[in-house]
Amino acid sequence: MTDTTPLASSHSRGESSGPPLLEVTDLKKHFQVQSKGLFGGQEKWLHAVDGVHFELHKGEALGLVGESGCGKSTAARTIVGLYPATSGSVRFDGRELTTLSPSQWRPMRRRIQMIFQDPYASLDPRQTVASILGEPLKIHGIGRPARRKIHAMALLEAVGLNPRHIHRYPHEFSGGQRQRIGIARALALEPELIVCDEPVSALDVSIQAQVLNLLGELKERFGLSYLFIAHDLAVVRHLCTRIAVMYLGRIVEIADRDELFANPTHPYTRALLSAIPEPDPERERTRQRIVLQGDVPSPIDPPSGCPFHPRCPKYAATPDARCTSLIPPLEPASPGSRHEFACHLERGPA
Amino acid sequence: MALLEVQNLRVRFETHHGVVRAVDGVSFSLEEGETLGLVGESGSGKSVTNLALLGLIPSPPGVVEADRVLFEGRDLLTLNERELRSIRGNRISMIFQDPMTSMNPLLTIERQLTEVLCLHKGLSRREARKKAIAGLGDVGIPSPEKRIDQYPHQLSGGMRQRVMIAMGLLCEPRLLLADEPTTALDVTIQAQVLELMKALQHKHGTAIILVTHDLGVVAGMSDRIHVMYAGKLVETASTSDLFQLPLHPYTKGLLGSIPTLHSDPNEDLDSIPGAPPDLAALPPGCSFEPRCAWKAERCSKERPERLTLTQPSSGAVRTSACFEVQRLLRPTQSGVTQ
Repeated sequence: MTDTTPLASSHSRGESSGPPLLEVTDLKKHFQVQSKGLFGGQEKWLHAVDGVHFELHKGEALGLVGESGCGKSTAARTIVGLYPATSGSVRFDGRELTTLSPSQWRPMRRRIQMIFQDPYASLDPRQTVASILGEPLKIHGIGRPARRKIHAMALLEAVGLNPRHIHRYPHEFSGGQRQRIGIARALALEPELIVCDEPVSALDVSIQAQVLNLLGELKERFGLSYLFIAHDLAVVRHLCTRIAVMYLGRIVEIADRDELFANPTHPYTRALLSAIPEPDPERERTRQRIVLQGDVPSPIDPPSGCPFHPRCPKYAATPDARCTSLIPPLEPASPGSRHEFACHLERGPA
Repeated sequence: MALLEVQNLRVRFETHHGVVRAVDGVSFSLEEGETLGLVGESGSGKSVTNLALLGLIPSPPGVVEADRVLFEGRDLLTLNERELRSIRGNRISMIFQDPMTSMNPLLTIERQLTEVLCLHKGLSRREARKKAIAGLGDVGIPSPEKRIDQYPHQLSGGMRQRVMIAMGLLCEPRLLLADEPTTALDVTIQAQVLELMKALQHKHGTAIILVTHDLGVVAGMSDRIHVMYAGKLVETASTSDLFQLPLHPYTKGLLGSIPTLHSDPNEDLDSIPGAPPDLAALPPGCSFEPRCAWKAERCSKERPERLTLTQPSSGAVRTSACFEVQRLLRPTQSGVTQ
């Protein structure tokens, strides 16, 4: 970076054991899908996020993984205030976010930014890159126009694009380059936390690797923290230091990366890991795959007890009354452990 | 005789931006019961290759040419529409990526499944229904006799994809063209569908061309892999040879780009710089040269031909379209001879 750039690594690096940067407690987001009719009838609610809790420390990258419909994107959007929470709490740097009014949110937006999945839909096609990258600064009243342009150029350079392309429009860039513009926009206000919602899943493999490398590099350089939403465990493993696995609106297991991959405990995590096809024919030939039966149940009418029990191979082998009646709590594997999971059977007999 | 033999297949689209050579001289053959993985990124021409084989490229703007496309001894490109229809869905069938857009939302599952049976096998509606129910049972759809009367929107994504597979296999085709059959599915459902495809292939001896961008999927499914880049086959090899020692810089780059469950997460991925070229304005030399880490002087001037190489351990033949292939043969693992 040259000294004309207003970007600097202003934040301290590394993890700290102090209070968490982001603290999510029993967060719920329910959508009404059917209201009571004129003549009565049943209200129906979709339980997209149904009691999620986790902590994210400064400098950490937390991966939230799960399959379609598990509520990971809804959780992210509720955390950044794009959806009002149904209940629960989201605290950022000690401040409660769920009760903020739109005007109270504005100063917080400087500190929390988001990167979206679809690089084609998330950039305004009628704005130049200069205007896309300058807009956050304009809204927050930072800098004069000339200064903002210099800032935008520095941002482009930071994400590996040519700063001279500042007056181009999104359609003049490829998908991977557009995603870099989306990342530059998220960096414009020098945020502390970036929520990334499937930032690489729309990209081709070779481009995906470029963007993953870039996200890793920016995290180090600007001391960022990430909440990283993805369905691909291998991608999450590459970037995140702590990983939470979601199923039907709940976190079923959370642990530090190496611990999760070395000792996956929840039967769903195990099945998910074993289902990932690996680019290695020898391993593919010899590995034991846990093939789950059936589909993910509807979050409108989730199963009683443990939401995973209808597909759970462990429950099928050793049925237990607790699995069908009690929702298993997310608790540490042993007292004080950073590895938590929610399974009656793995916890042992009652 | 090979089940399918494709010689010098070319597909071009005449667009406002110039001529796009989507497939540019692709040749390969496929044996009975074999699975061929066709791998490449968006725009590499892998799907267009499959569509061209079945005469499904709209013309204009598309123009399909080839020296020959022999399937069971007949040249598919010389057949008229009526003759092609007797092969499509019958001897060769296709599974598409998105089961929601490739089924008719207004027809019940029964109507969609029995159409091929009535048309190709001359079965009555009653017989066809019975066979369709058995087919749904084969792909693991619970209570098929109820599901058959439902509409596509009443099924989940994984079930719809299984219905597509059942539809593709009802006439027991000799060749199944599967275009990204699991890309729209979640991994646990993908695992179910892949297991199912393997089992059914084993049962009927169907040959499969599996088009995908996912090297993990082909590693477990295919016997041989063809890698496509900018409309050309840049490398062909048996699955184990390809993964053990990729002999084209693009294949090497692709393998390095994938984060796996066993790679070191603290290392950067070996990404390929840049982006795929514009097919309407290809560079004069090797199409991969602008992104290539192994390029030499001649790469920007001449187009590399496919070189045939032999893997001494197995005697297997493989090809690579790279001038610098000798440098890619690491001394420790090589032994591959030209």
